Amino acid sequence: MSNASSAPQHSTALPNGWEMVVGLEVHVELDTKTKLFSASPNRFGDEPNTNIDPVTLGLPGALPVLNKHAVELAIRLGLALNCKVQPSTFHRKNYFYQDMPKAYQISQYDQPINIDGYMMLPGDVRIGIERAHLEEDTGKSTHIGGTSGRIHGSDYSLVDFNRAGVPLVEIVSRPDIRNSDQARQYVAELRSILLAVGASDAKMEEGSMRCDVNVSVRKPGEPFGTRCEIKNVNSIRAVGKAIDYEARRQIDVLESGGTIRQETRHWDDSEGRTHTLRTKEDADDYRYFLEPDLVLLDPDQEWIESIRASLPMLPAARRAQLAELTGANKESESVYVIVERGQDEYIAAVANAGGDAARALVYVQQAFAEEGASPKVAAKDIATLTQMERDAKLTATQAKTILSEMVANGGGDPVALAAAKGFEALDTSAVEAMVDAAIAQQADAWAKYCAGEEKAMGALVGAIMKASQGKADGKVVTAILQARRAK
Amino acid sequence: MSTPAAGSNPARITSEVVAKVAKLASLKLSEDEITLMTSQLSGMLDHFADIDKLDLENVVPLAQPFPLKNVFREDVIVKGLDRDEVLAAAPAAEDGRFRVPPSSGLGEQ
Amino acid sequence: MTKSFATVVDIAQDIASGKTSATEVLEQHLQRINERESEINAFNLVTTEQARQTAAQVDADIKAGKKLGPLAGVPVALKDNMCTRGIETTCSSKILEGWKPPYDATVVTRLQQAGAVMIGKTNLDEFAMGSSTENSAFGPTKNPLDTSRVPGGSSGGSAAAVAAGFAAASLGSDTGGSIRQPASLCGLVGVKPTYGLVSRQGIVAFASSLDQVGPFTHTVADAALMMEVIGGHDPLDSTSLPQPMPSLSSVLEQGVKGMRIGRLADMPDGCEPEVLARMDAAYAALQSAGATIVDISLPSLSYCLTAYYLVAPAEASSNLARYDGVRYGMRVETGDLHSMYGATRAAGFGAEVKRRIMLGTYALSAGYFDAYYGKALKVRRLIANDFAAAYEKCDVILTPTSPTVAFPLGDKTSDPLTMYLCDIFTIPTNLAGHAAMSVPFGTGAHNLPVGVQVLAPALGEQTMFRVAAELERAS
Repeated sequence: MSNASSAPQHSTALPNGWEMVVGLEVHVELDTKTKLFSASPNRFGDEPNTNIDPVTLGLPGALPVLNKHAVELAIRLGLALNCKVQPSTFHRKNYFYQDMPKAYQISQYDQPINIDGYMMLPGDVRIGIERAHLEEDTGKSTHIGGTSGRIHGSDYSLVDFNRAGVPLVEIVSRPDIRNSDQARQYVAELRSILLAVGASDAKMEEGSMRCDVNVSVRKPGEPFGTRCEIKNVNSIRAVGKAIDYEARRQIDVLESGGTIRQETRHWDDSEGRTHTLRTKEDADDYRYFLEPDLVLLDPDQEWIESIRASLPMLPAARRAQLAELTGANKESESVYVIVERGQDEYIAAVANAGGDAARALVYVQQAFAEEGASPKVAAKDIATLTQMERDAKLTATQAKTILSEMVANGGGDPVALAAAKGFEALDTSAVEAMVDAAIAQQADAWAKYCAGEEKAMGALVGAIMKASQGKADGKVVTAILQARRAK
Repeated sequence: MSTPAAGSNPARITSEVVAKVAKLASLKLSEDEITLMTSQLSGMLDHFADIDKLDLENVVPLAQPFPLKNVFREDVIVKGLDRDEVLAAAPAAEDGRFRVPPSSGLGEQ
Repeated sequence: MTKSFATVVDIAQDIASGKTSATEVLEQHLQRINERESEINAFNLVTTEQARQTAAQVDADIKAGKKLGPLAGVPVALKDNMCTRGIETTCSSKILEGWKPPYDATVVTRLQQAGAVMIGKTNLDEFAMGSSTENSAFGPTKNPLDTSRVPGGSSGGSAAAVAAGFAAASLGSDTGGSIRQPASLCGLVGVKPTYGLVSRQGIVAFASSLDQVGPFTHTVADAALMMEVIGGHDPLDSTSLPQPMPSLSSVLEQGVKGMRIGRLADMPDGCEPEVLARMDAAYAALQSAGATIVDISLPSLSYCLTAYYLVAPAEASSNLARYDGVRYGMRVETGDLHSMYGATRAAGFGAEVKRRIMLGTYALSAGYFDAYYGKALKVRRLIANDFAAAYEKCDVILTPTSPTVAFPLGDKTSDPLTMYLCDIFTIPTNLAGHAAMSVPFGTGAHNLPVGVQVLAPALGEQTMFRVAAELERAS
């Protein structure tokens, strides 16, 4: 996913020395077969109200029983986020709404399963994770009539409970984020981790990963300002835009002498702005109390350690490993992109087959965007191609042509392909002869070049490449021209 | 409503508090019902003030009788309920879904 | 007096031996229903046709020589807060009127598997909130022994059904005494098992950490058999205990020799003298059967009522929030969602239910939680500690089940607190999650039955049933 890239799109600095303080609450649906507390399918896109049972619908007498696999996935995620896994309990969060069947949500409150973790962002920025707790998802409403399916002014609503009871983990960051770049990087990294550990498919467009953003502003060193919570932020791009908008809105209010009310705001992506959803005054009183229908969740150490042992290498470690292998910066876009595509192991295989890892990084980034973690082209053939380029048997342009052919055909022997195309890099003496011929033909250009007009070299190189039908290596040609002038 | 100091019982319940609690509980009460409820709840809360005599400082709350832990089910699908049967019992349904009057709020999450 | 009706054990034996048929037994019970139900109002629904089909099936199975369940052909009534697939389950509330659950409670399934014939759904105080079965949307149930009096509650319909001979046994639910108190008032055996021994799956919740299902029967042996059928682990209830159901029928003849029987040193005020006299007789009977009487104290006993009337309404306020007019039950149509909730719940719930929802909501709300709900949970710990200390000195504790015999209809309806005081002896067991049962032990004022309550520690059912059986032999 290209929006998961960490490519810096620097958020504009805030005026007059203001600083923003941002915390994120990210809900992710766990990739289980069944719901958190009942045996109906956890499946997106089914016909409405087909994945329902007495527990899902909150029928009288129905009782929840905890899904062990959901717990395991929550622990996997917690460990990947460097959290402490602790004994935990479930509470009831009481409020009335049409998509909440029991009129309470079962959620973890003062004893969540995962606490005190962190995530590292580029530039050694450490973002604390306060908690990553289990809870159940709500149903889904469709608003009918009024203006285009919006809740305000609708005639009535229709409710589908397929999503009710789907297991969620809510990951709550500490307010350690200081700009929208970091917020985007945080969400992108969280998504990579979720995919790596198999906890969630993390599809923001399908709602299996959802972000709420808490934003406040202050002058550096001052206490935190009053924060607003922004909901409905449904893409990584929107996370950045919503934060930047909201911080500027708050600064405008404060600088014009106003005060910020603690409130929940709604991000309107098409308008690019936030709206008040509700203020603190009409906030609900959730009357949390321990869920009497469930018991203590106290995973034993053995289970936790077996889950830890089964964790794959995480994206950060894979990026470090790839950077080490290729000599690239671990925070470079190419390293992020390759690890996200899962092609770092492929590059390692190219290196193992004697290939040039740095060149392989470039090839794979450019040519394998449509390939998955296991490209069809054999690693040993890419290794050979990098060797041919390194040994000047092919020019960079020729190598690229052959690479495209290999990708199009799903493989191929680069030696044979080069031969078939008549690609063979010219030896230096042949190039020197062509250089001399070009100097003779383009006397004007040569004179200007000798007089220090660097761009005159272009005409000379062009003539030589034409004469060689592209077989001369551009770097070799340049080197010979420079040597001739130095004489 | 005012927040009482921790540990001490709040002052006598008022009809404003009763009205606010009724809203939290989604119970539409008439003025008369609120008045009656205020007096009945006051009487009960006065009676319940007996526990203020107890020293509960170091007592661990007991929310459930027995300390069971780690009760799980396996992640296996079991056939659920039939949609038509369920919707037939609903006060209003349309298009495979439950129909409700329009809401002026967005709920949670 | 009520023992003139055939027992569960006798009916099961007579049907299995061919002495009578399930259909014949059922028709006798239906006949008694025809004669007296209009006067008693024990049932919200009599499932005549289904019962006849089940009885016919039992008779066919006997003819075919099939292996029979332990309750084959025994007519059993269910409190109308137990889900029965396709059969109306109302909790005696307008808000659930007409609702047919799409699934069966675990105890219902177990009764069916044991061959029981479900004869109907019995009346209760709405959502089990009450001690007299007068808080029913479908009218009060009368005590079959004196129809000017209440049968107790909240499982008054289940008690009355057995006392009137409408069913050989019934199931009730007990959150603060709702099985034991009506058993006492109707002259029956009533059991509140250890919390977690009987599944709550499919039982419409009142207060989840207190609710337990148990039987009403004429005899202790019948109660033992019913318990063996409905008890034991259920994977659909997370609070279900993992232990296997202990055998109870096999211990009834073991007597009480050497047992230590706890007697409250400080009996709370308010008991009728005739009730206290029956208690003395009970201690004497057990003593002469070889037990010793030990004085014990439960210092927190008088605070239990407060703890209970905060904890139970708090949980109830949350458990009853689901009745919102969206997915099932009644709805009052209005222009928007939240006014629909308010109007539906206002029209659907009765006064006592509303009062408890209000009390519970208040006890849990911001600013009041610590002062009420939080404190109540601590008192709950104190009573559990009191019991633990008492059971160091004794094996069971004997108390009255109810301070009084059955009281007249309307006697306590004007003041909720007076009604709440009915539960003074039964509530502590629920708070601690322990076992308790009521056994009829003679009569008190107005020649009405008095029940003795046997309290035992968690999973102390075998000891408890031995004591109950001894009291039954002595009564």
